[in-house]
Amino acid sequence: MTRLAVAKTYKLYIGGKFPRSESGRTYEVVTPKGAFLANAAKASRKDARDAVVSARAAFGGWAGATAYNRGQVLYRIAELLEGRRAQFVDEIVASEGVSTAAATAQVDEAIDRWVWYAGWTDKFAQVAGNANPVAGPYFNISVPEPTGVVAIIAPQSSSLLGLVSAVAPALVAGNTVVVVASEAFPLSAVSLGEVLATSDVPGGVVNILTGSPAEIASWLASHADVNALDLVGAGNLEWVDLQISAAETLKRVLSPESGADAAMPSLGRIIAFTETKTVWHTKSML
Amino acid sequence: MTIETTRSTRSLAPASRAVDILGGELTDASLRRYLEGIPGVDAVGLEQRAAGLGTRSIKTTSKKFALDTIIGLIDLTTLEGADTPGKVRSLVAKAVTPDPGDPTCPRVAAVCVYGDMVPYAVAALGSAHAAGTNTGINVAAVATAFPSGRASLAVKLADTADAVAAGADEIDMVIDRGAFLSGRYGQVFDEIVAVKEACRRSDGSSAHLKVILETGELNTYDNVRRASWLAILAGGDFIKTSTGKVAPAATLPVTLLMLEVVRDWHRLTGERIGVKPAGGIRSSKDAIKYLVTVAETAGEEWLRPSLFRFGASSLLNDVLLQRQKLATGHYSGADYVTID
Repeated sequence: MTRLAVAKTYKLYIGGKFPRSESGRTYEVVTPKGAFLANAAKASRKDARDAVVSARAAFGGWAGATAYNRGQVLYRIAELLEGRRAQFVDEIVASEGVSTAAATAQVDEAIDRWVWYAGWTDKFAQVAGNANPVAGPYFNISVPEPTGVVAIIAPQSSSLLGLVSAVAPALVAGNTVVVVASEAFPLSAVSLGEVLATSDVPGGVVNILTGSPAEIASWLASHADVNALDLVGAGNLEWVDLQISAAETLKRVLSPESGADAAMPSLGRIIAFTETKTVWHTKSML
Repeated sequence: MTIETTRSTRSLAPASRAVDILGGELTDASLRRYLEGIPGVDAVGLEQRAAGLGTRSIKTTSKKFALDTIIGLIDLTTLEGADTPGKVRSLVAKAVTPDPGDPTCPRVAAVCVYGDMVPYAVAALGSAHAAGTNTGINVAAVATAFPSGRASLAVKLADTADAVAAGADEIDMVIDRGAFLSGRYGQVFDEIVAVKEACRRSDGSSAHLKVILETGELNTYDNVRRASWLAILAGGDFIKTSTGKVAPAATLPVTLLMLEVVRDWHRLTGERIGVKPAGGIRSSKDAIKYLVTVAETAGEEWLRPSLFRFGASSLLNDVLLQRQKLATGHYSGADYVTID
C-alpha cells in the first residue's frame, strides 16, 4: 500500500521556539535540478529584531555559565548530531544534489568541528589571556570575555558544514548568535535548530533565520544591540556597505570568505568575538 | 439583626456627586441599592472588544505621534522598598530629560513615589515641578498604607496629609478591597471621602485624588464596574487599575471597562474623570493599544495628562527605543537608554 508523504514544515528558530515568519512569508526550496523540495519561512526584519531580543535575553545566562559547562553543552550537540546523521545526510543529498558519500563527509566534518570547538571552551582563555608583568605589587591579568550578540551571515554554498563552522566558534566564548542560514540550502539549518532545541542549549543562545540574507543583513548590521557581525557568507552581498553600517555602532566585524577553506576551524574565530578585560589586583603583603 | 440594620441605615458622608445622583439621604442601603442595580458586564463581549481594539495597526507618523503622546502620559514610577533619595533623584532626572540625545523628546506627566520620598522628588524637580500650574511635572505620592491598604483610617489620613504637606500634587490611594468584597460599600465610600478631604491644602486648593481599585483582587468585571462607580461617586478625580504589586495588574479589558464607566459618567453629568492603568504595561506596542482604546471609548479628548495616565517604569525605555528607531532608521538597543 502506498502512503502519502508527510511533508515537513520548516520554520524559524527564535528564542528556543519554532515560529513562522512574522510576515507570514515562505519561499520554495528546490533541488539543484529545480524540483520542489520544501517551503521554508522567509524571515523579515522583524523576525531578525525578535531574534536579537532573544539573543540578548539569553546572553547573561550563557556567558555566565562556567566554561566547563559550556563545553559539555556544545559537546552534547555533537552527540545529538551524531544520532541524526541519516536525516542530515538525506537533506544534504536532496538539496545540494551531491552523492551520499560527499554528504556523509560533510556531516562528519560538521560533527567533528563541534567537538573540536567544544574542547576549546575551557582552554582558549589560557591562550588568549595573560598574566601581565607590571612594575608594582600587583597581579595584572587579561582575560577574554564574550562580546555579546553576534550576527552571522552563514556561508551560502554549504548546508550544514558552513553553518556549523560559523556558529560554533562564536558560542565558545559565551556569545549568543543570530544566524542567517544559506538561502538556497536552509533545510539543514532548521534541522540543526531542532537538534539545539532538544539539547541542553538554553533557548535564545542560537537563533536561526532562513530567507534572504540580502534583505535581513542590513538590519542586523545596523542594529545597535548587535555587538559583532560575521560576514563569512556575505560575499555576494554589498558587504562593504554592511561593514560601514556596522562601524556606526563599533561592531566587531569579520569579512567574507569563500572557497573550500572558508571558515576553517581556528582559534582566531573564537577570539575574534571576545573583549579583553584587564584587572589589577593587589598582591598580599607577604 | 440589629447590627445589620444600624449599618444599613447609617448615614454616609454627603459627597456631592453621590447626593446628586442617588438623591435623598445617603445611607449604606441607598448606596448598595444603587451599586447593585448597575447592570452586569458581558465578559465575553468586553474581552472581544478589547482584543479587537488591540489589532489596530499604527505606523509611521501615527506611531510617532502615539509614542510622544505615551511619554507625555506616563507617571514614571518607583515604588520599591529599596528606594532611596538618590534613586528618586535619578528618576526625576529621567522624567525631565527622558532621552538626553534628543531634545525634542517630551517630558513625562508625573513622577510617582512613596510619600516619604516626595520632598526629594520636589527638590529634584525644582523649577520643572508643576506645583499647580499646567506646565511641568507633577509629583504623585501613593498613600493610605499602599499597597495593601491595611491600616486604620486615622493612619491612612495622616499618611495622605503628610504627602500633601510635603508637596505632592496627586495622591494615589488604595481602596479597602477586604471591605469592598465583603459588601461594606459604605465603609469604602466614607474612606474615599475622608481621604479626598485630607488632600486639601491650607490654601484651599486640593491635591488630585487617584483611587486605586486593585482590579486583580476584585475577581469579577462586575466588581470592577461597581468599584469604579463607587470611587467616582465618592469624589475620585482618577480611577486607577492597580498598585502594580498584584498580578494580574492592568489589562486591556479592565481598562476598557473603566473607560466605559468614565464615558457613561461624562454623559450623565458632563464631568470628566481620569483613568490610569498601572502595572504590567511594558512595551510601546501594548501602550499604543491602550491609546486606541481610550480614543475609541472615552474619546480623543481623554488623551491628555489630566485625564489619562500610564503607571509605568520600564515602559518609558521601550518607547524611547522605538522613538530612536523611527528617528535613525535602525534598531536601537538597551545600551542607548539609561538604566533605571
